[in-house]
Amino acid sequence: MHIPDGFINPAVSAGAGLVAAGGFAAAVRQTRRYLTDRLVPMAALVAAFVFAAQMVNFPVLPGMSGHLLGAVLAAVLVGPWAGLIVITIVLLVQGLVFADGGLSALGLNIVNIGLIAGLGGYAVYRLLLRFTSRSHTAVARTAAIAAAISLPLAALGFVFEYWLGGTVEISTTRVLLAALGTHALIGIGEGIVTGLVVAAVMRSRPDLVYGAPDFQGQRTEELVP
Amino acid sequence: MSSRNWAVFGGLLLVALVTAGLISQVSSSQPDGLEYVAEQEGFASAEEQHDLAESPLADYGSGLGADSGTARGLAGIAGVLLTLAAGYAVFLLARKPKPGRSPLPPETSARD
Repeated sequence: MHIPDGFINPAVSAGAGLVAAGGFAAAVRQTRRYLTDRLVPMAALVAAFVFAAQMVNFPVLPGMSGHLLGAVLAAVLVGPWAGLIVITIVLLVQGLVFADGGLSALGLNIVNIGLIAGLGGYAVYRLLLRFTSRSHTAVARTAAIAAAISLPLAALGFVFEYWLGGTVEISTTRVLLAALGTHALIGIGEGIVTGLVVAAVMRSRPDLVYGAPDFQGQRTEELVP
Repeated sequence: MSSRNWAVFGGLLLVALVTAGLISQVSSSQPDGLEYVAEQEGFASAEEQHDLAESPLADYGSGLGADSGTARGLAGIAGVLLTLAAGYAVFLLARKPKPGRSPLPPETSARD
């Protein structure tokens, strides 16, 4: 999912960089409203976990693998805004230390994974949660479905950026169909792992899970008048 | 900070270290979804070399000299600890200011 240098032209890449910087600033403003001392180690550990999870590529089709994004997982565990900060930190470490994900494409990758998959996927999660019970299994299952949907969402982001500034002339429809199809498949793996991890944390500490009904703390959604 | 917190925190850290240090060694080397689409649709050739491609840690330690599995595992553990430290530092700055504790930077807390 990490866009390398060269796929998207410099103008669109720079534009995405501005959007990503704005998103990060908004995220810090929001976490300063709810991220209490006891959630700080949790948020840092979720970042470490997302970094680890993104290192494992699992086979999806002959000749194709996929890896987790962890964006919905982070958003459900520590909140969508802290989740955006988590994804930004992970992408910075990957790009600056491990040469994974182009440096000129950093903004594009933050937009697709952090903003679209993370914030978008969390919105899907909140929406779906209205139609389920408040049990722990329902929370984990809903997180799994939202996580599965977040992969094709992120792929849509890439297709839009390619349509705006792709460097090789190709039919957008073809890129759209290919990107949606492959990422819908990878989303199945994303959903399964997200559901399992959320269920595991819910079993021991539902009060630490931002997206859970049992969360002991304030959510930014509730702080909005 | 109760000991129950540390059970969850320790569990998350352990799973992260095992995932990055051991499971990552059997990671599939097939192209991922986006690389696959790029190859199928014919824009893979547009990829430019990463600015840090010559770094020994590039591509998770492929230039470390050790066998690729061990190198990837070591790079993964280093990455987890680095991400943890960076995350802790950033979230300390981005946490909710306590009344009486001078927040950094001071002016933004006025929004609450």
